[in-house]
Amino acid sequence: MFFRTALLVLRKDVAIELRSYEIVSTTVFFALSCVAILSFAFVNEGQAPEGTAAGILWIAIAFSGTLALGRTFERERYGETLKALLLAPAPRPAIYLGKMLGIVALMLATEIVLVPMVNFLFAASLFARPGLLVVILLLGTVGYASVGTLFAAMLVRARTRDVMLPILLYPITVPVIIAGVRGTSALIASPVDDAVAQLWISLLAFFDVVFVTLALWTFEPLMTE
Amino acid sequence: MRKAFVPLVVLGAAMFAYAPVAIAHTPYESTMLLIQKVFYFHLAAWAGLGLAISVCGIASAIYLFNGSKVADRLGVAGAELVVVFCTFGMISGSLWARKAWGIWWGWDPKLTMAFIIDLVFVGYILVRRFGGPGAEKLAAAMGIFGLATTPFIYKAADWWRTIHPQTSVMKTLSNTEGGAIMWSTVWFCIVTFLLLTVLVLAARTRLERLKTRLDELYLAAEDL
Amino acid sequence: MTLRRLWMLVLTFTLTASTLFAQPQPPVDGFVPAQSLPPTEQLPAAPLLIAAYSVFLVLMMGYLWTIWRRIGKVEQEMQELAKRQSGQPR
Repeated sequence: MFFRTALLVLRKDVAIELRSYEIVSTTVFFALSCVAILSFAFVNEGQAPEGTAAGILWIAIAFSGTLALGRTFERERYGETLKALLLAPAPRPAIYLGKMLGIVALMLATEIVLVPMVNFLFAASLFARPGLLVVILLLGTVGYASVGTLFAAMLVRARTRDVMLPILLYPITVPVIIAGVRGTSALIASPVDDAVAQLWISLLAFFDVVFVTLALWTFEPLMTE
Repeated sequence: MRKAFVPLVVLGAAMFAYAPVAIAHTPYESTMLLIQKVFYFHLAAWAGLGLAISVCGIASAIYLFNGSKVADRLGVAGAELVVVFCTFGMISGSLWARKAWGIWWGWDPKLTMAFIIDLVFVGYILVRRFGGPGAEKLAAAMGIFGLATTPFIYKAADWWRTIHPQTSVMKTLSNTEGGAIMWSTVWFCIVTFLLLTVLVLAARTRLERLKTRLDELYLAAEDL
Repeated sequence: MTLRRLWMLVLTFTLTASTLFAQPQPPVDGFVPAQSLPPTEQLPAAPLLIAAYSVFLVLMMGYLWTIWRRIGKVEQEMQELAKRQSGQPR
């Protein structure tokens, strides 16, 4: 029942998105603009300093993630569908899980375009350890989305949600950003530093477990008015 | 609490008046000399911060699941106090760093953590003020997540880089002569700050209580 | 009553402030020349130290002052409301 509900919510979101590709296309484009703007800050004489690729990648992921979160819940708010969803006789945590998986899917779709793009533009060897890279991206995205979905969902009712989401979300997810950046730059380093990457992966995994649990636990009281 | 408030205020004030005297009479630490004396209030501020964060986070959780108004008020008081202590901790640490390492700001784990905690709890206050109806719950979530993320920020920043005098200050404190006096001063300052934290929390929750009573009075006046 | 309590708090803190400003200075004159410090480390510590302690006082006093002022405002408003209400029924 629990996972069926979560999957149903996820399927609903994916179906809506597949009709227009609105969020995916805008988010991907926004992420690429981020990369372009950041490149102006860091590239000097046609070359970016070593290690910037990881930072740029994660800044783009975090910023575009905020955009995706905002748009997804704006859509729900516009149709007042979130209210309807919450009225349904389904476990609230399952609804949260479904929404979170939807955000994760959106962000991963963005990353599929973003990662090769950063790899190409900054001549970084991101794919030296594809397995570890996928694990870092996946864990980082889940960590970011777990907090992001909860905050975006509860901000749906707030008037100032556009400003509040980044203000609340970025400080809380700082560990994810640090771990993502450091882990990825360990993979880019010319002798790949497996041990360091695994250290950060363990921190990310721990963070994910704690924050997903906490979010599932607090979603119910947060969404009851 | 109400009966104990005045004696506690007197006690706290006396302790605060005595703290600088005690610090001035404490012998110098062997390598850092005079500037090390920042340490007494610096560490005590972190102790107060720890108490305030815990109060804010736990009170937020209680409010969220219980709807207890007292917990809500404690949450606000805790968050504001966190910002005050955190700002002081960062400024005093920065002044110390200027002397000890020659830089104002070093991005070491404790600095990073202080900075992010400050952001989190300023966020708490902002969302409470501008969040519109139901903002208390949003703020409560921020309090819980702020408390939960603190160790992660610390761990992440610790693995990231470190130059902060880890526990070296503590070690030299116990090694040098007069170490016992230093320790007693440290503990005295910590106790003073914890008492201050409790007193300010009490004053701040009182303000919130008065505010709710005023709102109730207004509502009652409209009904007439 | 509350006002008096808070006044007491503020007053004692002000007294603390004076001792704070007075205390840390004498050791600077008395002790530092006696120590043979390498010239690179002679960045004056006393102003930094005094700055650190005064920052704490300014912050704490400022915060307590805002609490005190807000409590005063709320209480005043309550009194006004009570006055208006007692005037109304006649």
